[in-house]
Amino acid sequence: MSSEYEIVIGLEVHTELKTNSKIFCCSSTEFGGDPNTHVCPVCLGLPGVLPVANRQVIEFAIKAGLALNCEIAEFSKFDRKNYYYPDLPKNYQISQYDLPIAEHGFLEIIVGEEHKTIGITRVHMEEDAGKLVHQGATMATSKYSLVDYNRTGVPLIEIVSEPDLRSPEEARLYLEKMKAILQYTDVSDCKMEEGSLRCDANISVRPVGQKEFGTRTELKNMNSFRALQKALEYEAERQIEVIEEGGRVIQETRSWDESKGITLSMRSKEEAHDYRYFPDPDLVPMIISRDWVEEVRASLPELPDARKKRYMDDYGLPEYDAEVITGSMELSDYFDEGLKFTKNAKALSNWVMGELLKHINATGQSVNEADFPIPAANLAELVELIDKGEISGKIAKDVFAEMQQKGLKPGAIVEAKGLKQISDEGAVTAIVDEVVANNPQSVEDFKAGKERAIGFLVGQVMKATRGQANPELVNRLLRDKMQ
Amino acid sequence: MHLNGLTAHELHNRLRNKEVSSLEITEAVYKRIDEVEDKVRAFVSLTREKALARAREIDTRIAQGEEIGPLAGIPVVIKDNMCTENILTTCSSKMLHNFVPPYNATVVEKLNEAGAVLIGKANLDEFAMGSSTENSRFFQTHNPWDVERVPGGSSGGSAASVAADETIYSLGSDTGGSIRQPASFYGVVGFKPTYGTVSRYGLIAFASSLDQIGPFAKDVRDCAQIFGVIAGHDVKDSTSAEFDVPDYTRFLTGEVKGLKIGIPREYFVEGTDPEVEGLVRDAIKKFEEMGAVCEETSLPHTQYALPVYYLIAPAEASSNLARYDGVRYGYRDETAEDMVTMFMRTRSEGFGAEVKRRIMLGTYALSSGYYDAYYLKALKVRTLIKQDFDRAFEKFDVILSPTAPTPAFKFGEKADDPMQMYLSDIFTISVNLAGIPGISIPCGHVRGLPVGLQLMGKPFGEGTLFQAAYAFEQNTEHHKVKPNL
Repeated sequence: MSSEYEIVIGLEVHTELKTNSKIFCCSSTEFGGDPNTHVCPVCLGLPGVLPVANRQVIEFAIKAGLALNCEIAEFSKFDRKNYYYPDLPKNYQISQYDLPIAEHGFLEIIVGEEHKTIGITRVHMEEDAGKLVHQGATMATSKYSLVDYNRTGVPLIEIVSEPDLRSPEEARLYLEKMKAILQYTDVSDCKMEEGSLRCDANISVRPVGQKEFGTRTELKNMNSFRALQKALEYEAERQIEVIEEGGRVIQETRSWDESKGITLSMRSKEEAHDYRYFPDPDLVPMIISRDWVEEVRASLPELPDARKKRYMDDYGLPEYDAEVITGSMELSDYFDEGLKFTKNAKALSNWVMGELLKHINATGQSVNEADFPIPAANLAELVELIDKGEISGKIAKDVFAEMQQKGLKPGAIVEAKGLKQISDEGAVTAIVDEVVANNPQSVEDFKAGKERAIGFLVGQVMKATRGQANPELVNRLLRDKMQ
Repeated sequence: MHLNGLTAHELHNRLRNKEVSSLEITEAVYKRIDEVEDKVRAFVSLTREKALARAREIDTRIAQGEEIGPLAGIPVVIKDNMCTENILTTCSSKMLHNFVPPYNATVVEKLNEAGAVLIGKANLDEFAMGSSTENSRFFQTHNPWDVERVPGGSSGGSAASVAADETIYSLGSDTGGSIRQPASFYGVVGFKPTYGTVSRYGLIAFASSLDQIGPFAKDVRDCAQIFGVIAGHDVKDSTSAEFDVPDYTRFLTGEVKGLKIGIPREYFVEGTDPEVEGLVRDAIKKFEEMGAVCEETSLPHTQYALPVYYLIAPAEASSNLARYDGVRYGYRDETAEDMVTMFMRTRSEGFGAEVKRRIMLGTYALSSGYYDAYYLKALKVRTLIKQDFDRAFEKFDVILSPTAPTPAFKFGEKADDPMQMYLSDIFTISVNLAGIPGISIPCGHVRGLPVGLQLMGKPFGEGTLFQAAYAFEQNTEHHKVKPNL
């Protein structure tokens, strides 16, 4: 990519709030279900029905706003966004226009070594639309299409960032951080695969040093963190190429084609809708009392940044470790649970970021699953066994493999397999004597100053004890013997 | 007098005393419908079988000694823009010609609980847009006082059914005068309650911030009782107010001594039929004779009410009526090969000219670049209009005016001139913009046609309004004059 250009990105994140009922009626928000079974006259927009705002939705929106360091509006209202589409039963979406529930927030990301603050313009509430099921590949090529309104009226919040992101990687980091914060706050499941977390991106490029923004395009249809980064990388390259070739970027909406790895034009600015926003006369404005806001604030859990700071300050974890672990709430909760059973946070962190993540990535399991084979207490016990000198780090890996397969406690595995480290000086001395006697050449070499030779001798002792001898003890006894 | 000509409270007494059965009343109503409906044409649909079964059920309950409420066993007609479960609800539009709602409007639920007997669904101007019921896509409803004349609108069918004794009372909806103006044209009592007192859930929306359901009745007592039944907070309507519904009949004292009545000078201007104005002036004298204090007052922003209304109401309507696209229910053009064409043809054919005119007006008023100049400005002026009333009500208990500038006009007289048609609501529109209650009661006849007197009250001041209207009715005979059909 040309370094003469600066990329400017802003993200619009939509996330489903995990309420039991929809935003303006009592229908269930449960994912899936046979088509048009989670519906009622209200979310179907039948003639004569009226919306009634779900208090839980407003509370979750306030909570998300606070978690994103926003100011919560004292006066807010719902507006109608008017456009025609068959997945929208009223042909308007109830959303928020000029008085959103929350504004002026920020979140922090770490890019390499650098901490960056990304502004959050606003958080607003709206209802989700339904789903079209085409009989062909697209509506145009289908003889007919079906509509499933189960998702219609599921509560969403839209979180709009400032154009503060300067690379596709920053955009991905922002979205990952956003997901972590929303999960910690417990307002959303944030499952990208179920569509409960969605992201559109505005991107433009400009020559380095130029103040004005370039013409932006809006990207849609990125269904994973990876896709977001890829799509933005592609689009930045495309825009730069257009400019380099003397052309002009057209303001338009483009769709990411995952299989082809390209973005394609969907509609131009001229075709953009005039949504004719106006206050929804069926819903009364909301006056958000400061007492309510404070109540919600008090209910906020420890958020990723606070937890990260705690890991660094209280346990001396390096920032990198703290960032990785707090990046996922379930991993962080797991880590906290483990800390109840061991004081060696750094060792636990190494195991979590190493073997545990390897296991999770390989199996696709979640630490929250009821039958997850390695409960935090067990992993902490393993750390403790090493610390107490009962097993060596090498044996510990074997023990972990057993834990992983059978879900057993490490102590029990060590016991059953007789893997306990031999720290008894007498027993080890006997074997050391034997090894020294059987390997005169190596002893000579060591005495001649070849430090490496001791490694071989340690290996021999370990082999004779099936790895159970305490390596430090072996080392000391060998040196004593050979002096 | 035949049973169908009586009031609900008279019939209630006879039912309680077992002098008459609900079945007899219901049959009397249908007999009348069979006799005169050809001339009146008030109904989009009749629910005869259900009504007779319902009447029998109420009779059984009375026979078993059950204490019945004031509306139990009494026939009612409902404007065809209120949803009735499993009963066709059309808005008198081709768009909803086949729409059978799976649910009841809250008012229908309340009437069901009260034991009401639904006779049928009444004709209206399509989607309640009009002042003469000429905009019904099905047929014209005729004024029983003169079948060459319009019934007023948009609740023309509801008003006609009461005036022609085809029911005991009915429900209409009033967005800019759609109850009061036809009540005036028919010589019946028509009442538009305070915005938020009657749930709008199940009322097919025209303009959400203005629509309000209310009764047509043969006298003020019935009106007060019906309102008492249909009023109250509804969790299904966010705009419905939380308030205690009193027994409104306790306001019917017949006394108005000391009541302060404001006469807004802006409502006595050129353009009003001089004979209509004469009758209203007579009514003022009557109130003074009864001990009320009548004084001139001013509602200075009155002249802006009509333009403000014709920005706000169409703007809301343009969005409220967007859902009629042929996808889920109602009329659908079956010839289109693609989605957008289906939308366009469905809406072009499904809606009539006036509905399309208002959708276009409203769409324009909300469009980017015009919103501030039209819609937003209209909202601001609406506030000024409301403040006019707030100020006037600091001094007065009730404000009095004509309901409409003229008696019922002839078919076609204004149908081709929307502006002339819109002007027939000039005295009723401000009440909707301000959200206050307004009632039209008979105050005499001009050239053989009834004329209505409008009384406007403070928000939630229904009690005082009924008090004044009842006292006037007790001291006059206008409401007893019936048309010759």
